[in-house]
Parts: sequence; structure tokens; C-alpha cells
Amino acid sequence: MSDVDFSLWVYLSRTPLLWLSVTLLAYGMTDAFSKKLNRHPLANPVLLAILIIAGLLRLTGTPYRTYFEGAQFIHFLLGPATVALAFPLYEHRETVKRALLPMMVALIAGSITAFVSAVWIASILGIPRSMLLSLAPKSVTAGVAMGITEQLGGDPALTAVLVILTGITGAILATPLLNALGIKDWRARGLAVGLAAHGIGTARAFQVHPIAGTFAGIAMGLNALLTAILVPLAASFIR
Amino acid sequence: MIIALALILMCQLAGEVLTRSMGLPIPGPVLGMAIMFVGLMVRSRFPILKKPAGDGVLEQTGSGILASLSLLFVPAGVGIIQRLDILADHWVALAIALVASTVLAMVVTVLTFRLMAGKGDAS
Repeated sequence: MSDVDFSLWVYLSRTPLLWLSVTLLAYGMTDAFSKKLNRHPLANPVLLAILIIAGLLRLTGTPYRTYFEGAQFIHFLLGPATVALAFPLYEHRETVKRALLPMMVALIAGSITAFVSAVWIASILGIPRSMLLSLAPKSVTAGVAMGITEQLGGDPALTAVLVILTGITGAILATPLLNALGIKDWRARGLAVGLAAHGIGTARAFQVHPIAGTFAGIAMGLNALLTAILVPLAASFIR
Repeated sequence: MIIALALILMCQLAGEVLTRSMGLPIPGPVLGMAIMFVGLMVRSRFPILKKPAGDGVLEQTGSGILASLSLLFVPAGVGIIQRLDILADHWVALAIALVASTVLAMVVTVLTFRLMAGKGDAS
């Protein structure tokens, strides 16, 4: 590198500008790609953007801390976006009200299934106990899941990894799985993906149908509450 | 636009303050969503409130943020990809448990809902 190139790189690597732009550009491209493929589940824009950016970071030897200084402005909007879920919920409140009882029962059944089946399957496959604790809340939105793990004495960093992987898995599997089951009800489809795959699943649901997105948002919120109550309770029984 | 953003942030702020001070097991922003929902219900009862919080600007701002919900998970996701080493020797077993339990959770949710709601309308 010449001196000019070098000083330019030093400047860019110090401001949030570069990685903020890269994040927006990468997502803009993968989102357009996903649209072009009619939102095919495998062309998941989140996953593709993550892979592109992770590749760039490795190529340039940029530490995640530096990247996040730029990307934090996007990350921050997760909170306001969660609050904004109130608008579709309000708009479709009559539809939600009519489905209130079946929705609640389905959420409780699904919530228990999510953590019991994960822990059960993992323990059969020989995962050590300390890791099982970190696996239990993996269907819940990251902040709450990490809190639950911490409370149980697991590893919150491991939980964060499992939560994001679960979200991407759910967002990719939902459409083919629910199609194979012949489920055409957008309410049921949204509930399922929001419960199993939290915010990433909810984002996917909004891309497919507004009613699905609304129900996914409810499922995400209530599953956080249910899991935070039920997982510590279940863990205390096992001990 | 500014007022709308401020209202959304204030709901989140109130949610964070409430969950943290009372030790509630739900995330602040989720409680913020509930507060915003109640606020929208109240607004529909009292037309006077339509002025500062109306004109559809609040809704526009909200749906503007929601339209790019997927984007917002990218920064955290990039961090995760760099920490995959944490799965260490157990990644095959964890992957199986993760995929299987995700499928099971979706199937149980959907079937329970269908059982309870009947074949029902899909509107």
C-alpha cells in the first residue's frame, strides 16, 4: 500500500462511516436478491448479509469491535422496532381478539415444546449439562435468553450464538415446513415462526404477509415471557 | 416525524425503566410495545390526542422501521458468526437439537392452534 492508501485506510477504519455503509449496502443487495427470488426461504437476506460482512471483516483483518462501532446505529433500532410492533397489532386487533384463546393455548404448548425438545434431544446426543442450560432458552429473543441463561448459571455467550442460529434456522425452515403441513392460515403460520424463531422469524413473517407478521410479533413477545417463567421452573425440578 | 420518533423512544424508555426497576422477566422494548398499544387504544377514545400523535405520521414512522426489521439483526449476527468456535466439539449434536426442536416447536404451535380454533377462517 502507498502512503496515501494507508492513511485513507487509517481514517476509514477509525470512523463508524465505513462499516455502517457496508452493512446497509450488503443488506440492500441481499434484500434485492431475496426479492428477485420471490422471497425464497433459502435466499435469507439476513444470513447472506451476515456472511458477506463476516467475510469482509476477515479479509481486512478488522476486529468485530471496530465493525460494531459503525453497525451499532443499526443495532440500536431493534428496540424502537420492537415498540413499533404495536402498530400492526393495533391495526389487526380485532383479528387478534377473535383468536385470543387458541393463540394462548398454542403459545404455551409451543413454548414448552421448544425448550423441552431442545434439551431432551441434546442430552440424548451427549451434550454436557452446563451446555444444556445455555441451550434451553434458544427460541427467545437474545436479550431475555441471555438473562435466563445467566440466572441458571450457563454461558450467555453460547446462548447468544444459539439464539441467532435458531432464528435463521426457523426463518429458513418455516415456509417449506408449513407448506408441507398444508397450513394456509396466516395467523397460525405467524405464531409458529415468531415463537420458534423470535425476531428473525418475525422479520421473515412480515416479508411474507402482514397478518403473519402481526401474529409472529405477539408470539415472540409472549414466548419471551413464558420461557423466562417456565425454564427456571423446569430447571429447579430437574435439580 | 420528530414527535413520532420521540414517542416511540419514550415507550421503549418507559419499558426499560419498568422492567429493570421491578425485575420483570420481559424485555424493556416488549413492554414498550404494550405501552404503545395501550397508548393507541387511549388515543382512539380521545380525539383531542389525535393532533400531536396523529395524522398517521406515528404509524408511518413505525412501519418505516418495521419494513427493514431484517436488517436490524445483521450487526448481532456478524458477531455470532465470528464466535462459532464456542460450539466447539459439540456442533453436530447442537445443530441436530436446534433444527429438530425448531421444527417440533413450529409443528406443535400450528397444530394446537388449528385444534383450538377449528379449521376456521384464515382472514
